[in-house]
Amino acid sequence: MDNTKPTIDKERRVFIKKVLEGTIAGSLLLVLPMNAGGEKIPEQVAGIRDGEYDLTDHDFAFIVDITRCIGCGSCCVADKKEFDVPDGHYRTWVERYLKDFDGNVYVDSPNGGLDGYHNPRTDIDVNVRDTFFVPKLCNMCKEPPCVQVCPVGATFRTPDGFVLVDHKRCVGCAYCIQACPYSVRFLHPVTKTAQKCTWCYHRVRKGLLPACVNVCPTSARKFGDLKDKTSEVYKILQGPGVFSVLKSDMGTWPALYYKGA
Amino acid sequence: MNELHEGARFLIANYIFPNDLHVHWSMMIVLYPYLSGLVDGAFIVAALYYVFGVKSLKPIARFSLIFALAFMFCIALPLLLHLGRPERNINMLLTPSPSSAMAGFGYIYSIAMGLLALIILFIYRPTLVGKVEQSKGYMRLFYRMLTFDSTNLSPEALELDRKIIKFLVAIGIPVATILHGYVGFIFGGVKANPTWSSPLMPVIFLFSACVSGIAGIILAYIAIRTYRRSAIDVNCLKILIHTLSGFFILAFCFEMLEVFSHHYLKSGFHHMVEGLLNGPLYYSFWEWQVGFCSITPLFLLGWLVIFKIKDQLYIILSGVVSFLLLLQVLFMRWNVVIGGQLMSKSARGYTVFHPEWFDKEGIIAVIVVMAIPFFLLFILSKIFPLWVEEEKN
Repeated sequence: MDNTKPTIDKERRVFIKKVLEGTIAGSLLLVLPMNAGGEKIPEQVAGIRDGEYDLTDHDFAFIVDITRCIGCGSCCVADKKEFDVPDGHYRTWVERYLKDFDGNVYVDSPNGGLDGYHNPRTDIDVNVRDTFFVPKLCNMCKEPPCVQVCPVGATFRTPDGFVLVDHKRCVGCAYCIQACPYSVRFLHPVTKTAQKCTWCYHRVRKGLLPACVNVCPTSARKFGDLKDKTSEVYKILQGPGVFSVLKSDMGTWPALYYKGA
Repeated sequence: MNELHEGARFLIANYIFPNDLHVHWSMMIVLYPYLSGLVDGAFIVAALYYVFGVKSLKPIARFSLIFALAFMFCIALPLLLHLGRPERNINMLLTPSPSSAMAGFGYIYSIAMGLLALIILFIYRPTLVGKVEQSKGYMRLFYRMLTFDSTNLSPEALELDRKIIKFLVAIGIPVATILHGYVGFIFGGVKANPTWSSPLMPVIFLFSACVSGIAGIILAYIAIRTYRRSAIDVNCLKILIHTLSGFFILAFCFEMLEVFSHHYLKSGFHHMVEGLLNGPLYYSFWEWQVGFCSITPLFLLGWLVIFKIKDQLYIILSGVVSFLLLLQVLFMRWNVVIGGQLMSKSARGYTVFHPEWFDKEGIIAVIVVMAIPFFLLFILSKIFPLWVEEEKN
């Protein structure tokens, strides 16, 4: 008996020490910030996190495949959450098109498609020949009329293909809203400055896809760098198929392409 | 349904882009070209006398300039009320974007304002010199500043003044033309809007500006002189009515040419423009702007210009026709600015505009902004006598 007591005492001491160490380590895990930010998420846009970002080395494009869009509205929800978009204003929205056998086209977009299209239209009584959904967002024009008309240069185009708004410079004259042929801009009711879709520039610069692209369950929205020949958008635009841009006669040269339109 | 043409097929959806529900340029942007138009037209009247030597306009030449100055002071007011961030307005002058038509406003406005003020100070120099001698203290200092501290009224000095005035007014004509033609270009340069995007837009704005300014001068002249029980120079009134007739015929022809072009060319968006004019704008365009406020004045002007009418009736009809034409131009501005935005860029439907009473761009604000120039005119008339005979007294 005399020989066993010190052994037990020693084991107990070791046990208590280990429990304490574990408790402290566990507590530290709770209070110390872990590196669980953007770096942990795998790079979604290739070539962004490699070294210093050179604006001129990139040329981004967006493709909307309307043959894939199911009108679920996930993209609109993601966008609204990402930017806290005020009610009644839309950085992106989804339109529902109905065609009848007489060639008439019926379009609607209740609440910008934010609630998803779960039910068929009941306000029209026609034999539907075809129906499809068309997501809308900033066209990131290469000749953007909004940039041209902005009196203070608050709206500008970056060399990597984004049209952005400096909300600290914008005077809220709404001339850009008038000039945009696609009506993607609005005056923010709180900041009283112009706002619009940015293709999630803040995410892209971290190597992440735009929020709407990220959540799209059918990959109807595609985004990438046209200067990266391995990117999906490059391959799609170089491959077969018909692509169109909106209001090409406006001479705005959008970087947003529609497949299946 | 097969007999429907493509335009009708578009409009059948009545679909508006979600962001197009809001009318971003509202009543203050209607008021802005209206005020600058009044300035331009009034300046044209003064230019006819000071540059082109139309002596019959002498009784109202000075009044026209003071009228123009009173309204000129207020041109920027509706713009400031419209801006979302008015405290940043100075950015347009400090860091303008050279590609933007709007960025030129500050410069064009400053030049026009400076020029008009200089013209008035030179014209009124003899009057102001008299006030320097009659006043004391701060008022004396104030009048000395207005006379450029020169009390020299020798024939040589007055002759030099006359030459300077003629030169300044001559420069003022293109400046006034640019000031308002530029306003038209602000709209004409928006290719996204098929009712605005037209090279005719600056021309229409310019002629309608002349119409509103001359009509404003006529109505104010008749109203003030009648209120003060002073004589109205009918000969001067006739010259004004003749000038007004010429400008109005041009303005109305160009306005109708614009509509006719859309109808005849049947370009991509003509169904939207036709649908707009025959739909949401039917009353304000066809019935008010064209019918009541254009056709009626045309007949009245024809009567005034062609037939011999008794002076009293001539004065009354001149007042009526001027009032109608002021209304016509206001409707024209409304139909262009508000009407143009009722069309969604979806080219499939129209939104509606509900003016508010107490908004910073609301009806009360519009009334206040329109009242301020008349208040300023009253203040200015205390410094610059409006009528030549007052000065003599």
